[in-house]
Amino acid sequence: MITYLEAIRAALDKALADDPRVFLYGQDIGSFGGAFKVTKNLAAKFPGRVLDAPLSEDAIVGVAIGAAIEGMRPVVEMQFADFSTCGFNQIVNHAATLFYRTEVPCPIVVRLPSGGTSGSGPFHSQSMEALYAHYPGLIVMTPGTVEDAYSMLLEAIALDDPVIFCEHKFLYNHLKAEKLPGQNLPVGKARLARHGRDATIVTYSAMVHESLAAAEELTGDGYEIEIVDLRTVKPLDTDTVLASVARTGRLLCVSEAFPWGGVSAEVVARVAAEGFGLLDAPPQRLNAKDTPVPYHPDLWTAHRPTASAIASATRRLLEM
Amino acid sequence: MLLARILEEKLASLYRAGAIHGGVFLGRGQEALSVSVGSNLRKGDIFAPLIRDQAGRMAFGDTVLDTLRTYLGSQLGSMRGRDGNIHRGRPREGYYAMISHLGAMIPAVCGALMARRMRGETGVVGATCLGDGGTSTGAFHEGLNVAAVEKLPLVLVIANNQYAYSTPSNRQFACADLIDKAAGYGVASHRVDGTDLSACLAVLGVAVRAAREGGGPQMIVGDLLRLVGHGEHDDASYIDPRLKASPLGRDCVKVAESFSIEKGWATAEEIAAWRAEAKKEVDATAAKVRREVSPDPGDEEWSAISDTRLADNFLEA
Ligand SMILES: Cc1ncc(C[n+]2csc(CCOP(=O)(O)OP(=O)(O)O)c2C)c(N)n1
Ligand SMILES: [Mg+2]
Repeated sequence: MITYLEAIRAALDKALADDPRVFLYGQDIGSFGGAFKVTKNLAAKFPGRVLDAPLSEDAIVGVAIGAAIEGMRPVVEMQFADFSTCGFNQIVNHAATLFYRTEVPCPIVVRLPSGGTSGSGPFHSQSMEALYAHYPGLIVMTPGTVEDAYSMLLEAIALDDPVIFCEHKFLYNHLKAEKLPGQNLPVGKARLARHGRDATIVTYSAMVHESLAAAEELTGDGYEIEIVDLRTVKPLDTDTVLASVARTGRLLCVSEAFPWGGVSAEVVARVAAEGFGLLDAPPQRLNAKDTPVPYHPDLWTAHRPTASAIASATRRLLEM
Repeated sequence: MLLARILEEKLASLYRAGAIHGGVFLGRGQEALSVSVGSNLRKGDIFAPLIRDQAGRMAFGDTVLDTLRTYLGSQLGSMRGRDGNIHRGRPREGYYAMISHLGAMIPAVCGALMARRMRGETGVVGATCLGDGGTSTGAFHEGLNVAAVEKLPLVLVIANNQYAYSTPSNRQFACADLIDKAAGYGVASHRVDGTDLSACLAVLGVAVRAAREGGGPQMIVGDLLRLVGHGEHDDASYIDPRLKASPLGRDCVKVAESFSIEKGWATAEEIAAWRAEAKKEVDATAAKVRREVSPDPGDEEWSAISDTRLADNFLEA
């Protein structure tokens, strides 16, 4: 069995082995192996290519950009997604604009250990995909399976554009698969995580699994829920979403992020604009609450969508 | 240096004539320091200039033609109308295109130098410039620290021109001297009279050589005064007249010209002829560029993504 975290490590290992242009840069990622041990043993295996960085997110991303201009393929680890705000300027103003301005691509990957885990509180729990997806020039990946964590990270490194790779901390050790995939869907293609006919849930990352559990629960009521795992939120595979809504006529979009704007709003806006006639009920969204992510496990569980909250929201949608 | 001065005078007049969209930010008074950076670098080095570095840019290989194309929004310029004025470069040639955010180029040059080192290249120098105000940014701190930790051949040139837009130095930093900042990072420092071309050339020569030979990052502070507004929209009425009258307020071009005459390197007539020649080149190039095509929104590739495999997915916006 291989975990989501091990899949990420395996992808980094393979990228380092296959491509001399790849190097890793981030806080504590060297001999220590990173805060989550994603890079465990990689520094020893690839001397001089897994580098500890000072506590300087702006400089970490800036260094990656300069190295990318010079033809390297840097992969940056943020210790937590939340700290990427300190590197935000380099990501959105430098990396994201470089190709458009200069025709020189910026093939960097910024790995964001994202999302909530119990007890992590406001500054170690955030989901930042919408923030980065807002910016032209960035690709934003949100893998929700072990297979995707592996193959999408390899794709991210191979792409010529800057990629924000949102890996979910809750999935790190919880999610396991038999083996690593050989082939996978192309970048930017969504996946049907579950077939159904009564309603479509569009989601990504850890919420795929909460939604799958909700769909299981709803089979008890005789409902078959279809689940679309977006995989990348930018580019956004509107075609797969619309095709599913065409089958079910109902849409619920679920994310773990804050509710104002964001990926779920983007999906609803696109379906409303391009597939209004397919809808039998108003499209719905379920996100986290509009407060910082709370620390206490009871508050945290109520703050983010859970399987039972998703099941309730889906029931309401089915009754509309 | 003289060509940069004359080109910038042309930019100012084009701006006043309404021929330039957006701002014009000039380096008058800072040419001696700037040109000394560019002329101490060589092909294969990296240079990330900033706002007031027309002279250094040209010494590093930028041209009157591409400068005017970028300012006048010609489709043929290196930025193709997608960016303008000082935000230009050719990163593939080691000539980086600044983003506006002050300090941001320092870590990028560090990364470039780390990449060169990983690939086994030696003897490379990466230089970048900043103002006194830019030393207050987090990026300055983070970048200089990374350069020191990684012992990179970075040359950071601070044009200490006494103001950041309207903000005087006493509202910008409280250390006795800007140069003190370098010691805190373990970075070697140099100071120079930024109005004196021969001093600037010499000090930059020493600093660039030290970086090239493995001496680690070098910070240079050049003291001078901005002899124009922050941009051409700004009358700079806030500048203390006592500073203008002080040695800091000397015009580095005039200083260099008198020095050359004094040394017998050139006569006043020869200098006048160089000026006339530079003016002719600048005027002719501007006239030509003004007839060039602007970018066409209908033909514009409205994509910020380079990977063609993904282009289709982004067309839907
Ligand atoms: C991070 C950031 N904040 C604000 C600005 C707006 N800005 C542009 S130039 C400038 C003043 C810069 O002063 P200094 O660094 O001393 O350079 P000088 O203009 O004097 O050459 C400011 C505030 C900016 N470009 N970047
Ligand atoms: Mg200044």
